[in-house]
Amino acid sequence: MAPQNMPQTSASKVPLWRQPAVRALLFQILLVLGILAVGYYLLSNTLTNMERRGITTGFGFLSNEAGFGILKSLIEYDETDTYGRTFLVGLLNTLLVAGLGVFFATFIGFFVGISRLSKNWLVARLATVYIETFRNIPLLLQIMFWYFAVLRPLPRPRESISVGDTVFLNNRGLFLPQPVPEDGFWLVGAAFAVAVIATIVIARWAHRRQDATGQQFPTGSVGLAMIVGLPLLAYWISGSPMHWEYPVLGGFNFRGGMEVIPELAALVLALSIYTGAFIAEAVRSGILSVTHGQTEAAYALGLRPRTTLKLVIIPQAMRVIIPQLTSQYLNLTKNSSLATAIGYPDLVNVFAGTTLNQTGQAVEVIAMTMGVYLSISLLISMFMNWYNKRKMLVER
Amino acid sequence: MKSKLVIGLGITAALSLAGTANAGATLDGVKSKGYVQCGVSTGLPGFSSADEKGDFTGLDVDMCRAVAAAIFGDASKVKYSPLTAKERFTALQSGEVDMLSRNTTWTYTRDTSLGLNFTGASYYDGQGFLVTKNLGVKSALELDGASFCIQAGTTTELNLADYFRANKMAYTPITFDTSDQTVKAFEAGRCDALTSDQSQLYALRIKLEDPTSAVVLPEVISKEPLGPVVRQGDDEWFNIVKWSLFAMINAEELGVSSANVDEMKEKSTDPNVRRLLGIEGVKGEWMGLPDNWGYSIVKHVGNYGEAFERNVGEGSALGISRGLNALWSKGGIQYAPPIR
Repeated sequence: MAPQNMPQTSASKVPLWRQPAVRALLFQILLVLGILAVGYYLLSNTLTNMERRGITTGFGFLSNEAGFGILKSLIEYDETDTYGRTFLVGLLNTLLVAGLGVFFATFIGFFVGISRLSKNWLVARLATVYIETFRNIPLLLQIMFWYFAVLRPLPRPRESISVGDTVFLNNRGLFLPQPVPEDGFWLVGAAFAVAVIATIVIARWAHRRQDATGQQFPTGSVGLAMIVGLPLLAYWISGSPMHWEYPVLGGFNFRGGMEVIPELAALVLALSIYTGAFIAEAVRSGILSVTHGQTEAAYALGLRPRTTLKLVIIPQAMRVIIPQLTSQYLNLTKNSSLATAIGYPDLVNVFAGTTLNQTGQAVEVIAMTMGVYLSISLLISMFMNWYNKRKMLVER
Repeated sequence: MKSKLVIGLGITAALSLAGTANAGATLDGVKSKGYVQCGVSTGLPGFSSADEKGDFTGLDVDMCRAVAAAIFGDASKVKYSPLTAKERFTALQSGEVDMLSRNTTWTYTRDTSLGLNFTGASYYDGQGFLVTKNLGVKSALELDGASFCIQAGTTTELNLADYFRANKMAYTPITFDTSDQTVKAFEAGRCDALTSDQSQLYALRIKLEDPTSAVVLPEVISKEPLGPVVRQGDDEWFNIVKWSLFAMINAEELGVSSANVDEMKEKSTDPNVRRLLGIEGVKGEWMGLPDNWGYSIVKHVGNYGEAFERNVGEGSALGISRGLNALWSKGGIQYAPPIR
C-alpha cells in the first residue's frame, strides 16, 4: 500500500526501487517465481528421470482392472473392477472409520472431561486415570492391543456366542440381522424426514415463545416421540414393508445379515478411546476457563447446577474447546491411516498399499492419497471454523 | 488443486534428486562406497533373517553376498535394508538400494513397467496354503468361503483372487503389511488359512508357537519365479548380478564347491572349471570385475546347491526338498548359460 497522505511530488522524487510498496511487491513476485521455478524443476526432472528409467507414469492405471479382493467395501466391488474403484473403496472405508471415531471420541471426551471435574472423588480420579493412561500410550500399540485383545478370546465361528440365534459374535466379527426394505418402504423414510423437520420447527417456535413469554415447552420429549412414533405409524399403515435377513452359519463363517469386522471395531475403539482422552482435557480446560463467578452468579439467579452447566458454562467453554476439538478431529482422521497395521482396508491399506504395489506408480498413488487426507482435513477445518465463528463471543 | 501439486512435488523430490542411472554408475558407486546395499525381506527364515548379532543369513542374502564377493573378493561387504513388500520397488527405483534380493516374483508388469530388470530365478516357487490341522481341510478346493491372511503388495493377492474366481468360490482377504502380522493374525484365528509362496509358508510355520498345529496343503496355485532385481538402464550392473547367480549354478553343475575350490584351482584341467574360476579364457573386465570373480563367489559363498542346503534345504530348519530347484540334469529346472 502506498502511503496516501504523502504529497504526490515526493513520491515521484523517490526512485521506484526505493519505494517500500514497490519493493515489497517486487520481492513477493520474485519469491513466487522462485518457488514456481523450483517446483517446475523438480517436477520436470522427476518426469524425465522416471521416463529415462522406464517407469510408467500418468493416471491411466486408474482404469485398469485391479484383480485383487478387498476385505470389506461399502460399495459394490469385485476383482474385475478398476484401480480407480479401489481408490473409492478405500476412501469410503477411511471416511467410515473417521466418522465413527469422531462421533465416539466426542462423546467419550465430553463425558470424561466433565467427570474429571466432578465433586465425586472416585469419579474424578477414575477420569484422571483414564486420561493419563490412554493419552500416554502410543496409538499404534493401542490399536494392536484392541485388535489382538478383542480377537484372541473370541470363539471360532462354529462355537459363536449367540443371542437368541439372531446375533452372533465370533473372531470373524459381529453378525447382526439386516433389515431389507421392500416396496413401499419409502413411506417410512418420508415419515422420518417429516418428523425431523417438524421437531426443528417446534424447537424454534418453543425458543421464540420462551423468549417472549417465559413459558417452557418440552421440546425434547415431544421431538423424540415424533421421530420414533411417526415412522412406526407409517410402517404399520403401509403394511410392514420390510423383512429381516438373518446371518446363517455356512461352511467357514456366517453369511447374510450385517457384519461388523473386528478390524473396524478395534480401530474405532482405539481411535475414539485415544482421542477421547485428549478431547476430555480440552473440555476440562474449556470449563475451567469460565470463571467461578459465572457459576456463582447463575446460582444467585436461582439456576440449578444442571441448567447452569447447560446454559451458562458450556456455551462459554465451547469458545475455548472448539479450536482444540478441531485439532483432535484432524488428528483422528489422519491417525486412522494406522489401520494398515491390523489389515483394515482403508485408503492407505488398499490404495497406497496394494494398488501402489501392483501398479508400481508410487508418485501418482501417494500424491492422490495425500491429496485426500489434505482435502478431508481442510473440510473438517473449514466446518469447525464456521462453527467456531458462530459460537464465538459476540462483543457488544 | 495447487496444494495437491505442491505435495506431489515434495514426494517426487527423492526421485528427482536421485540423478540418473548411467551404464556403470552402480558399480562405480558400489566400489567407492566399499559395499553393496542390498534390499532384503523384513525377516523370513531361510531367505533373509537376522540373528541375535544382527548378521543376516539366508538364500536371498547369499545372492547379495555373491555379488559382493564377485566385486570385492569379500562376501561380507554388504549392507542390508530390510524392506516390506510394499516398500521394495520404490526403494530400488529411488536408488536407496543397489539390488533387491527379496523373494520377489518375476512378472511381466514388474519387469516392463516399473523400470526394473529381473536378473534370473534364484528360487522357483509357487503359491500354497497353510491351514490349522483342526480345520480338517485336505485340499484348497474345500476352502470355499474361507478367510485368508495375506501380505499386501504381493502377487499372492492377485493369485488368490484368480484362483477363487476360476473355481467359482467365495473368499475373504485380510491384508497385512508384513509377514509377521499375517502370522500373528493367523494364530489369533482371524483367518482360516494363510496363503503365500510355499517356501514362505514353511518359513512362517516355524515362527508359529506350535509349528505342528499347521499343515501346508498340497495345491500349488501359481508360478512364482523368485529372483534378484536391479534398476533398468545399467547393463553392466545387470550383468554382474545376473552372472553371479549363473556362476553359482554352474559351479554346482561342475562339482566345484567352497570346500574344493582351492584344490580345483590348482589341479583341475577341465576348461569349464578353469573358465569359471577365471584362470583362462574369459576376462572379468568385461563386467568391470577382477578375473577371479567366479572363484571368489564359490570360495566365499559356495555353489548354488550349498547355499540351498545351508539355508532352506532338507538339513535346515525349513526342510524343503530341491524339487524344481534341482539342477536341470537332476530333474529340476535350474539351468545356467555356460561361462565361455
